[in-house]
Amino acid sequence: MGVGDPYGMHAAHAIVSGMGGIRTAGDLVARLQLNRAMKIDTAKKYVADKLRVSVADIADEVKMREVREDMDLGTLNECPGVAKGIDAKFRIAKLLDLEINCVNIFKQKVSFGF
Amino acid sequence: MGKIHTRIGSGIRIEMTEAEVKRDLEAGTEDAAGRAKIPPLTEDELHYLFEIHERPDRVVGVERGKEVCLTYDSCTTKIKRAHVSISKIQSLQIFERALGADTLELAHIDYSYKPVKPIVVFEQPIMEQALLMTIPPLFYGAMPNLGLYSQPDGPCPNPMDLLPQGKIAEGRASFEEAIEYAVKDMLYVGSEMYETGADGINFDTTGAAGDAEFLAALKAVEILKKKYPEMGIEMGMASEFILGLHGELEYDGVRLAGLYPHDQVRLAQKAGVTIFGPAINIVTNKSLPFNLARSLTYTKACSETSEIPVHANLGMGVGGVPIVISPPVDALTRASKAHVEICRLDGL
Repeated sequence: MGVGDPYGMHAAHAIVSGMGGIRTAGDLVARLQLNRAMKIDTAKKYVADKLRVSVADIADEVKMREVREDMDLGTLNECPGVAKGIDAKFRIAKLLDLEINCVNIFKQKVSFGF
Repeated sequence: MGKIHTRIGSGIRIEMTEAEVKRDLEAGTEDAAGRAKIPPLTEDELHYLFEIHERPDRVVGVERGKEVCLTYDSCTTKIKRAHVSISKIQSLQIFERALGADTLELAHIDYSYKPVKPIVVFEQPIMEQALLMTIPPLFYGAMPNLGLYSQPDGPCPNPMDLLPQGKIAEGRASFEEAIEYAVKDMLYVGSEMYETGADGINFDTTGAAGDAEFLAALKAVEILKKKYPEMGIEMGMASEFILGLHGELEYDGVRLAGLYPHDQVRLAQKAGVTIFGPAINIVTNKSLPFNLARSLTYTKACSETSEIPVHANLGMGVGGVPIVISPPVDALTRASKAHVEICRLDGL
C-alpha cells in the first residue's frame, strides 16, 4: 500500500480491494502469499480447500465468521474461550499445513519437559 | 457531451471532456509503453478505464471475487503520524480489528534499517508481545535508504558532492562502500526480527538512492533467504525506473541502471523475494487519466512477468494516487480498482 492518512488510504483500499483480514480469510490467504509465494488465485483455492468452502465463501464476512468460529481460528469479536492471538496461529499452522515462525519459536520456548 | 470530474497528479480537481479523458488515457499508456518497451493497454482496457472515470460515483470497488491481500509500509507509523496517542501494539490491533488488514507491519518511526540497528533490542519485545496478541502475518519493515551512509549523515564520502566535480571513480567507490554498510545493517535487523518471530521482513522504498541501493537490498535478500529459507520477504520499490547513479552495477549479470518494473521483479524473485511491489511515480501536472493509464501499463507488464505475488504500491504519489497526504477517495478508489482488475494483481 503506501503513505496516506488511515481513512483515505488504508480504510479506503480495504473496502475497495481488500479481502478483509480476520473478518474473512484474508490473513490466511496472505500467509500463503508470504510464505510460499503463491499467486492470489492459487492461494485462495488452497485456503478454500483447507476450510472446505468455496473460493467465493472465503471473502464473505458472514460465511467466514461461522467457519472461523467453528474451526476456532480467531474472530473479530472475541468471545470467552475462543482462540486468540498465538493460540489461533497454532490452529492456523496446523490447518494450512504451514510453518509459522512465531508458533515454532513458542513451541521451542515451552518444550522443556512438558 | 458531459464533463468528467477528475484531478491532476497534485490532487487539484479539474473537469475534462470525454475526448480529453480518452486522449490522456492513450497518451499515458503510450508514454509508459515507449519508455519501457512494453505493450500498451488494449482498446478494451482503455475503454474500461474510461468507464471507471466516467462514473459519477464518489467511490468505486472491485467486482465480487476479485478481492486481494493488503500489505503495508509501516502500520504503526501511520497511526503515530495521525497523532493518535496509543502504543505500537494498539496501532497494530486497530489495523487488525478496525481496518480489515490482511497483514500487519511493525516499524520504527525513523523508517530505515540504519537507525533501527541501535534500537532493535527495544523493538524485539514489542514484536514478541504483538505476535502473542495478533493473528495476521506480522512483518518488520524499514527502508534500505542508502543516502544515510553518505556524509554528513554517514561514513562514506558523499557521491552527490563527488560526481559534479567529475570525480566519477571516487563517487562509484563511495557507493560500493555504502552498499557493504547497508547490507550489514539489513542483515542484522532482518535476522534479529526474524529470530524474534516475525513472519516476514519488508524492504520498502527500495532503489530510492538508485542502482547501488537496489543492489544492496538484493544482496541482503539473497543472504537472508539462504540463512532462513522459510522467511517471507517483501520488496517495495521507490520508482518505476532504477536511477543509474553508479551506472555500472550488476546483479546476476544484469545491469541495474535503467531497469523498469517487469525487469526489476525478475531480479527480486531470483534473490529470494516472495512479494514484489512495483512503484510508479505520479506526474503532478498531468491528469489522473494520464497517470493511471501510465501506471497500469508498467504494472501490468510487471504482473504478467512475475512468478511471485505482486502487491503494487498505491500510496500517496504512486500508482495513480495524487501526491497528497489525505488522498481523495474518488481518486484512490479508482486507482485501487483499476490496478487490481486490469493488472490482475495479487495484492496492494
